[in-house]
Amino acid sequence: MSTTNREMSLRHTFWGGLCSIDGTVYKDVWKRMCGTLRNEVFVALWRLLAVGVLGLVSPPGAIAGGATDETSSTRADAYPEVMKGIELSFPRDHGAHPDFRTEWWYVTGWLNDTDGHERGFQVTFFRVRPRPENPGASRFAPGQLILAHAAIADPKYGRLLHAERSERLLPPLNDIGLDHTKIKLRDWTLAWTQVDGVTGGYRSQIDAGEFALDLSFIPQSQPVLNGAEGYSRKAPDPKLASYYYSRPQLLTHGSLRIGAGEHVVRGLAWLDHEWSSEILPQNARGWDWIGINLHDGGGLMAFQMRGEEGKALWTAGTHAMATGQQQTFGPGEVRFEPLRYWQSPRTGARYVVEWRVHIPQRGGNLPGDLRVEPLMDDQELDSRRSTGAIYWEGAVRLKDGNTGAELGRGYLEMTGYSQRLDM
Amino acid sequence: MNRKLAGLFIASLFHRPFASLLSLLAIALGVALGLAVQLIHGAALDEFGRSARELAGEADLQVVGSREGFDESLYWVLAQRKEVSEASPVIEVEARLPGRDRSLRIYGVDVFRVVHVQAALVPQIDEGGDRLATLDRDTVFLTAAARAMMDGREAFEVQSGVNVHTLRIAGAVPGAMAGQAYGVMDIAAVQQTFDHLGRLSRIDLRLAPGVRREEARVTLLDLMPPGVEIRTPEASSGEIMALSRAYRVNLTMLAAIALLTGGFLIFSTQWLSVVRRRREFAVLRALGMARADLLRGVLIEGGLTGLVGGLLGLVLGHGVTVLAFELIGGDLGAGYFTDIRPELVISPAVNAAYLALGILAGVAGAWLPARDAARAQPAVALKAGSAEGVVQQIGRGRSPAVLGCLMLAALVCQLPPIAWTPVGGYLAIALVLCAAVLVLPGCTRFAVRLLDFGRGVLWRLARGRLSAIPGQAVVAGAGVVTSVALAVSMAVMVSSFRVSVDDWLSKVLPADLYLRASASSSTGYLDASALAWISGLPGVSSLTPLRAQTLRLIDGRPPVTLIARDVEGGVALPLVSVAAPEKGGAADGEALPSVWISETLVDLLGLAPGMRLDLPLGGSRVGFRVAGVWRDYARQNGAVIIERSIYLELTRDDRVNDVAIELTDPGLADEISVALRSRFGADRIEIARRDEIRALSLAIFDRTFLITYLMEAVAILIGLFGVAATFAALATARRGEFALLRHLGVRRREIARLIAFEGGLTAFAGVMVGMLAGGAVAWILIEVVNRQSFHWSMDVHVPTLGLALFGLSMVLLAACVAPLAAANAMRQSAVQAVKEDW
Repeated sequence: MSTTNREMSLRHTFWGGLCSIDGTVYKDVWKRMCGTLRNEVFVALWRLLAVGVLGLVSPPGAIAGGATDETSSTRADAYPEVMKGIELSFPRDHGAHPDFRTEWWYVTGWLNDTDGHERGFQVTFFRVRPRPENPGASRFAPGQLILAHAAIADPKYGRLLHAERSERLLPPLNDIGLDHTKIKLRDWTLAWTQVDGVTGGYRSQIDAGEFALDLSFIPQSQPVLNGAEGYSRKAPDPKLASYYYSRPQLLTHGSLRIGAGEHVVRGLAWLDHEWSSEILPQNARGWDWIGINLHDGGGLMAFQMRGEEGKALWTAGTHAMATGQQQTFGPGEVRFEPLRYWQSPRTGARYVVEWRVHIPQRGGNLPGDLRVEPLMDDQELDSRRSTGAIYWEGAVRLKDGNTGAELGRGYLEMTGYSQRLDM
Repeated sequence: MNRKLAGLFIASLFHRPFASLLSLLAIALGVALGLAVQLIHGAALDEFGRSARELAGEADLQVVGSREGFDESLYWVLAQRKEVSEASPVIEVEARLPGRDRSLRIYGVDVFRVVHVQAALVPQIDEGGDRLATLDRDTVFLTAAARAMMDGREAFEVQSGVNVHTLRIAGAVPGAMAGQAYGVMDIAAVQQTFDHLGRLSRIDLRLAPGVRREEARVTLLDLMPPGVEIRTPEASSGEIMALSRAYRVNLTMLAAIALLTGGFLIFSTQWLSVVRRRREFAVLRALGMARADLLRGVLIEGGLTGLVGGLLGLVLGHGVTVLAFELIGGDLGAGYFTDIRPELVISPAVNAAYLALGILAGVAGAWLPARDAARAQPAVALKAGSAEGVVQQIGRGRSPAVLGCLMLAALVCQLPPIAWTPVGGYLAIALVLCAAVLVLPGCTRFAVRLLDFGRGVLWRLARGRLSAIPGQAVVAGAGVVTSVALAVSMAVMVSSFRVSVDDWLSKVLPADLYLRASASSSTGYLDASALAWISGLPGVSSLTPLRAQTLRLIDGRPPVTLIARDVEGGVALPLVSVAAPEKGGAADGEALPSVWISETLVDLLGLAPGMRLDLPLGGSRVGFRVAGVWRDYARQNGAVIIERSIYLELTRDDRVNDVAIELTDPGLADEISVALRSRFGADRIEIARRDEIRALSLAIFDRTFLITYLMEAVAILIGLFGVAATFAALATARRGEFALLRHLGVRRREIARLIAFEGGLTAFAGVMVGMLAGGAVAWILIEVVNRQSFHWSMDVHVPTLGLALFGLSMVLLAACVAPLAAANAMRQSAVQAVKEDW
């Protein structure tokens, strides 16, 4: 490629967000470096979720990796441990927990524009403390990193529009709040704004060039604490866990721009906030996760960790009912069963785009046999250029497994189908 | 002209192979030298420009400060501007590598930002490396060339102050240009490791879509703190151009002079060949050859010599270039491009241009002889002895022309430089050389009168001939005059320069011992505690610490050096002028601190003693009064000196680059050196005695002027070639005369002596004129060319003895060469030669 072409495509790429790419150059440059870092987050996330039932198989020493002498201590140059019995306190715990190794705020949902067109969206902000050691006195010291992903699922395009960013914490350019949710990554933001004493909501603004969104999310209920009061185990080893709460049924409104087309949108969204320090064993291949806003006003979260050949290593879930009651599903109680596959023409990866999900019947108002169907098959996110990972992250409908009646809408995330995550 | 006729002329070149070969060689040398200078410097500049562009990446604008950088808060200001879409902060250091004689440039970057702007600075982690390696405080990413420097090691040491840090090599910089040796680290790591907390050297900006570059530059200019520039990336390559322009132009001019000398040589051989072939041409004309054909024929001879010489020069020039790259690098010994490894690029345009110059020199040299040959009346020319008449013609006095040339030369000397190039000076040199050649006949007559002693028959014959036919002196001596003038002027200039530098060195290096942690551009330095320790050493009587910094004073020019040291009111400086003492009770009631500026700044900023100069120090502009002008041969871009106490007060920067140490007894130098080395580590400091620095400086000086010595030698050789060629040709034309002398009883050996006398006399006149012209040229070089290109003055120093010896040997060599060259003509039998004329 000639220099001019290269420059133009690069420029175009950076202006146009990270999707509109002539891939070759971009891939090289971007992957080369940023990728490695985001990979770290991604891997941390994956490790966190890719819990080890295999922990049972692995010798205990292997679980903590090389960090055996540090993870358990409370030294200033160590990551704090996630422990059972710590009560989450809001709004403080909506804010950041910079001592922990990784943390993310993950918002997904369905949007309707004024013409009735349906789209899915995803906005994720990550915070990473890359090293436990004191980062040094420089104002540029990389003690905290902030990363973000944003994607739009529009059936008209038949694939995801996707963009991402990563920076070191550098207030006020890239900032993060401790008292409540407030994250700023240059001009990408996710923050809580209090309208008056009673009501308030999240607002997120993302401009990725190719697409942009400005959405407000108004909660209608208290946060749903997953696991044991927010202590969410990922493996038999109690240290392998996260603090994890969800906010289903967020009333969403705002604007969405795709290319030159502006849309006024409304919908329902879901927010996950999770933080942890533990490095989890590598012997899981990936995970499958759903977060569904139910039409009856409730919310359903479920995940499974997969080992080789799709075998479930650990599962868990939470069903929050509109009444305020909550059911928590322990390991083995949730079952994921593949129904239909779709193969990516780009990467050759084969994903389960339709699932049967079994949940236990303990007097809840959901049938035990559920089906998950996608808004569109191709919601694969090829971020080899950045995180190095290829995964599927998309809008899905939840249906009654017997009647086929739609029970809710939400998001499905599947990882580890294309290749084992590069460690 | 048909081919047969052209062949006739070309064949004549082979009839005088010696002269033809010499002309050819002269042209070849001129072309080769000019081309080599151009190629070498062009390649180096090109390489530098490309690397500057590569490093700038896609930046639309660059914010650059001095070596010490600027306050990092500017980054936050710029990154939030709406005109700016991407901002990438960079801190750049020349990391000293303890125990090595070179440093490593390290760029501290924000890995998340650099990817948007500068692909050439994007680090890549080695296969299997830690994913967070780009953020670690002790990792470095090296370009292929830099990694090659480390001989396969996985870690190496860098020095900051007098401390050493170990850096792990964690990966590569794949976007770097081949041959570029540098490292990339995390910006925070560089700030911390090299004690640059809060500082940045550069911010590269990409502008938001639709924002015009020049408009943004003007808007953002207001945000720049004092001493910080905002400019386009192209401007930085312009800076290095400015840095080496003077050197490059001067070398190219020297090559041009060599080419000119070659042209003179063609002129003299061609003229004599025409004279000798006068009757031949007359016959050709009588046989019906047109005047124009004759003219063209002679021009073809010159042009062909130029062409072949030029071709040879091209080959030679490329050879010299390759050799120079191998041996001395891309800067011809001047030290501008030490990090650059240029490659030879064969450019058809440049080659064609130099070939054309060679042909031009050949044709121009043949022009006058050709015109003359074509003008001659065949009937007259057929008669014997007419050759002399032509030579006589050249010898006509041309006093008005000489005067005109000299006056014009004096006038153009007054011109200011054009585009930083002393065009007027070079024009004046050409005019002086021209005048010297024109004045030669008159001078020959004068010289002959001057040598009105001795009664030997041959001596008188030689003198008689020369005063009667001074044209011979022009033809033989033109080459001598130009080459002697060139050699003398160079000798005078270089010796003036060297003596001045020597004086200057003794003035700026008064102390017994000098200590530094690294060159001032590099990351080693000494701090207050180190100074305190040194001053406590027994045997140390006093310390003069020196801090060197850079300041951006002039847009588009390389930074100016700031030196902070104890100046004792200027007494310790090599001053060339001082300000009148300030009148007491100035109106503002506040006396400004003093600054001493180097001569460069007088020229570049139009400053004079007593004027005010604002310096960007400690983030603000501080007013100073120019207390004096000092001579500085070390920093071509200009330097200012202020008192260290004032510097400390303004910047709170107590680091020190150099310390001058006065000892109670100079004999203690070795003892003190040992103590210093054991305290700071032998490979972390450099200690030098005054005489060592002085010797080193002069060695560098001599190396820099190596190329000029070389060209001088070439010029002298060409001059001698001229004498030899002339006498070879003249002797052939004078066969009749020699035969007559033989007939009158003069022996062959005596004729050789006659020619030797003539050669010596001719050379004497040529050397005399050459010396005078050389003196004038030297004056122009010192006062105009050097002053305008390098902005420094020097004291004129004429190496009298050397020049006398040189002149004498030129005369003797000419006296030896002339009969040797004429030997062939003298060998002919007297009778036959005399017969030829009847």
